[in-house]
Amino acid sequence: MSIATVIPAFVTRESFIELEARERAQALMDPGSWRELVGPFDRIESPWLPMQSIAPQSDDGCVVLKGTIAGQSSVVIALEGGFQAGSIGEVSGAKMTAALDLATRDSQNGKKTAAVLLLETGGVRLQEANLGLAAISEVMASIFALRQYAPIITVIAGTVGCFGGMSLVAGISSYILMTREARLGLNGAEVIEQESGIEEFDSSDRALIWAIFGGEQRVGMGVADELLQDDAKEIAAAVQRCLKAGLPAVHRSQQIDLYRDRIAALDTSQQIEPLTLRKRWDSKQAKAKEGSAR
Amino acid sequence: MNKQVGLRGKAWFQALTGVDSPMGGDPGSVLTADTELGEDTARFLCVVPDPKARFPCVRRGEVGLEEAYTLATRVREVIDHGENLKKRPIVAIVDVKSQAYGRREETAAIFLAAATAADAYASARIKGHPVITLIVGHAFSGGFLTHGYQANRILAFDDDDVVIHAMHKEAAARITLRSVADLDRLGHEVPPMSYDVRDYARLGLLHKLLHIQDPDTPAPATVAQIQKELIDAIADARAGSTDLRNRLESKGAREMRKAGLAARAYMEKQWSGV
Repeated sequence: MSIATVIPAFVTRESFIELEARERAQALMDPGSWRELVGPFDRIESPWLPMQSIAPQSDDGCVVLKGTIAGQSSVVIALEGGFQAGSIGEVSGAKMTAALDLATRDSQNGKKTAAVLLLETGGVRLQEANLGLAAISEVMASIFALRQYAPIITVIAGTVGCFGGMSLVAGISSYILMTREARLGLNGAEVIEQESGIEEFDSSDRALIWAIFGGEQRVGMGVADELLQDDAKEIAAAVQRCLKAGLPAVHRSQQIDLYRDRIAALDTSQQIEPLTLRKRWDSKQAKAKEGSAR
Repeated sequence: MNKQVGLRGKAWFQALTGVDSPMGGDPGSVLTADTELGEDTARFLCVVPDPKARFPCVRRGEVGLEEAYTLATRVREVIDHGENLKKRPIVAIVDVKSQAYGRREETAAIFLAAATAADAYASARIKGHPVITLIVGHAFSGGFLTHGYQANRILAFDDDDVVIHAMHKEAAARITLRSVADLDRLGHEVPPMSYDVRDYARLGLLHKLLHIQDPDTPAPATVAQIQKELIDAIADARAGSTDLRNRLESKGAREMRKAGLAARAYMEKQWSGV
């Protein structure tokens, strides 16, 4: 018996979740093809955090790499969940917007440049409140512009997840890739409990949180595209598949009728059971039904 | 503070359009009307409280699932019917408490609903429709991202009851481990933290801050004043670009967003470098 058959795959695979933002971005790009832009040595930091006695970080928790992925010009933007929970401030937001705008400019000039967003973020950085919220609206505007030419691929690996205003950024992406350890939603359980009461959402109920926000659920109900293992190679391969597929015929955030009808069909007199909803919204089942109706 | 968020939005929607009920098939919380404005027929949209809403967590004027998909539908109609015509203006009247904080909403992916509405507004802007936001009361967080923040031009009343922010004061205090008094003090020192619309105006994100008499009760003279401001903003939007660069090129941005503009300048320089 060879060693390879004795050691299960999960022992040898390289975890993606355990990587920091910079390493994650590097793991997706062709080796030797990338450069980091506006990196830590440029020292563009948040001016607002020190005013509130909070240590800034020299990259503001946002890493931008420009290079190629499977030969295709790309920019990878990774948020560092370990710094201020990956929150968007003036500088991290401006780095995202500027990189996306330059990808748009290159694409317009014939050099199609796709964007990969690694989102581990709680949304707006409350210490920069209104500039964070404005930055998210501007990141979104830049995605809408780039999306006319090249795909935007959002990867949510975990463990912070993607919440707040940045969940809208995920929502307007061309593709969303998630692991089982990733969560995606507008309001986290704690915020709902705080605003609407524990009877609305008990934030200590971990099973409920994963049943609603978890990658398996989001992919299963069709609001995200692929469920991946926590494996750097598998995630890199999935990103390459999306790049190769190019722009989807219709972006999910433009499928208004489909989702408006689904919302209209919900029984709102009680809480919605996540697994039942997943089965009802499952795109493969829906397609099968559509096929049989024809 | 406002007696109830959303009522002022409804009052201004009615004053500007003469309409006080939703379009056929729409939920009671989204008002849409097509109204003459200068030489245009503008589409006005507003989210209002509906105490009888199907979803319990939107009954105080929050933006939820039905609100977002209805806004998206009504904005897309303007785009779809205007392909070869003069691009009609869209006016979003904003007085929203927040996004809906509910379990039903999260289960049914409110993030996608919000994205869909923002997508519709941005698509209209990119296709050349002047999209103008008029903030008459509250503009909070995900509610504002869903309804209004993709506009070419943002106007706001200069009034103590107008609040634009990422999170309401009590919640922001809890999450950042501060007292409400601390937050008030910080707001004066750190403008992006402030709950005062005059501090918000300093950030350079607004097209204009509008000084008006009695914002709670729209009088005919004030309505005429606001109509003129909207017409001016539409003309300004038509003369400008379809992206949001005006927010970065403003005087306020040059003073208050120096770090962000520096990051942008570095990015541009390094992007094409070796």
